[in-house]
Amino acid sequence: MTDMTTLQARTGTSSSSTDFSSSVMTIEIGPAHPAMHGIVRFTTKLDGELIVEMEPEIGYLHRGFEKESENSKWIQVIPYTDRLNYVSPLLCNIGYSMAVEKLYGIQAPRRAEFTRVIMGEISRITDHLTCVGAAAMEIGAFTFFLWFIKAREYLWELVEEMTGARLTTNWTRFGGNSMDLPDGFLSDLEDRLSKLESIMEECDKLLTRNKIFIDRVKDVGAISKEDALSYGFSGPMLRACGIPYDVRRADPYSVYDELDFEIPVGSTGDCFDRFLVRMEEIRQSTSIIKQAADKMPAGPFMTDERMLHYPDKKDVYGNIEGLIDHFKMVMEGHHPPEGEIYMPTEGGNGEFGFYLVSDGSGDPVRVRLRPPCFNFVQAMPIMTVGHYVADIVPIFGSINMIGGELDR
Amino acid sequence: MSGSISNSEIKVTRDAGELTSLLKQKFPKAVLNFHAHRSDETIVIERDSLHSVCIFLHEDSRCAFEIMLDITVVDLLEMNMNHRFEMVYHFKSLTHASRIRIKVPLNEDDCRLASISNIWKSADWYERECFDMFGIVFEGHPNLKRILMYEEFEGHPLRKDYPIDKQQPLMELKEIEERHTYGREL
Repeated sequence: MTDMTTLQARTGTSSSSTDFSSSVMTIEIGPAHPAMHGIVRFTTKLDGELIVEMEPEIGYLHRGFEKESENSKWIQVIPYTDRLNYVSPLLCNIGYSMAVEKLYGIQAPRRAEFTRVIMGEISRITDHLTCVGAAAMEIGAFTFFLWFIKAREYLWELVEEMTGARLTTNWTRFGGNSMDLPDGFLSDLEDRLSKLESIMEECDKLLTRNKIFIDRVKDVGAISKEDALSYGFSGPMLRACGIPYDVRRADPYSVYDELDFEIPVGSTGDCFDRFLVRMEEIRQSTSIIKQAADKMPAGPFMTDERMLHYPDKKDVYGNIEGLIDHFKMVMEGHHPPEGEIYMPTEGGNGEFGFYLVSDGSGDPVRVRLRPPCFNFVQAMPIMTVGHYVADIVPIFGSINMIGGELDR
Repeated sequence: MSGSISNSEIKVTRDAGELTSLLKQKFPKAVLNFHAHRSDETIVIERDSLHSVCIFLHEDSRCAFEIMLDITVVDLLEMNMNHRFEMVYHFKSLTHASRIRIKVPLNEDDCRLASISNIWKSADWYERECFDMFGIVFEGHPNLKRILMYEEFEGHPLRKDYPIDKQQPLMELKEIEERHTYGREL
């Protein structure tokens, strides 16, 4: 990690444990505090307040998502995905459903895809609002946090209108969505987005050029492009280093290739750049939502392929095929064909990819999630070493660690 | 189980993509198999050449895989294969906007292979996770220990023969001094 010999030489480290002024101490930070984004423990070696060495320890929220999924039916995994990245559950629903659709080799109808884009981008905004708001609060900007939580509330009301729940959405299905747009949703959406925009404008004035804030985040926690790539970064963290990699643009899925948006990039990869990238992404997502709402096509919101969803009630009671399909769906569930796929989607934190293996029997052989913030927490040592203890809070805030997806 | 009205089985397409041909030409003995199911280019290579293939994927300008996305394992216990485990590596190249999946078959009685954490740093924690969940040993890994489970946990939970309802005893709370000796370590 750091060059211990020079540090020891500089500080004249003695072996006496009472000589606090010059010895390097091991201090446990956590489990919990670092402003409580999730539970992790940092075993740090400190020289005074300077961090000399750090080792993160994770796993406190491990619930066995993959084991549980492999012992469930394919459709039963969707509610578990709500609990992965719990500040943007819809993006997780969408990621998993698109992965299974890729396994089947089908695509959801266009109306379903446009609705997914709208709901997914709403989730991305709530994710960024939570991350930026909480990170700002931790270093003193409490008003900013309250304003952002207010904005998030507006969006969660939209999510509730659509899915019936604010966080545990369980909304997508294989080949479409469980529900179509409710009446008046698009006008509500327009109203909420204009409220969000005014909040964004206010908050921009409040924080972006605020000297107290900038002093805490500028040149703190910087990571170089090469390190970021080697550590497998993706999402806003990688873009803050100046690499314009966004799965929505690099491997377009859904209908993102029909929508016009920009990919904001930073230059130094410090906490301030991450803040700026996330703020700009909120604006870009707002624009994506507006475009998708304008282009919203008419049509079905669920595929008409058989054996992917329950048949219509009139078919169940009206003809034998419908009745058999219904029976098979209840008794056996989905049978994706044999094969393996990896489906990357852009989650709130970065590349949110599902690797699925099916043997065609109806039980998943392997459900694997590539968690984007796994890499970020792994890179905590190189981001924090050489900074002060107080900087752990803004750095850890800026990586947007989500326990649910980190520990699964 | 799958009845007469299950979905039509789709044959796995077997065509060598550009990368597959390149790897086959470069490492003729290492490539065991390949396919491109749903256009995910997949190459199965033998265990001993993993490290040199990875160096080639990272260094060579025709590959330039800057990001090592994911390492995981599939337990094939119930699938009647000759080997028990399959290591699965996912790579992404930004330069060539391409992805590739590398698979390595492993036998149960000798599930060890070379660590690639000296090529991509992200491999470090992913390999620890594979060790924790499946008991795969990575040779040359700097710090191979459990990551999601606790030290005293017995067995490897994601193996198919680990029962889902198995319970393990709660651990006594440890005094913090047992793990670290404050200030006296250096």
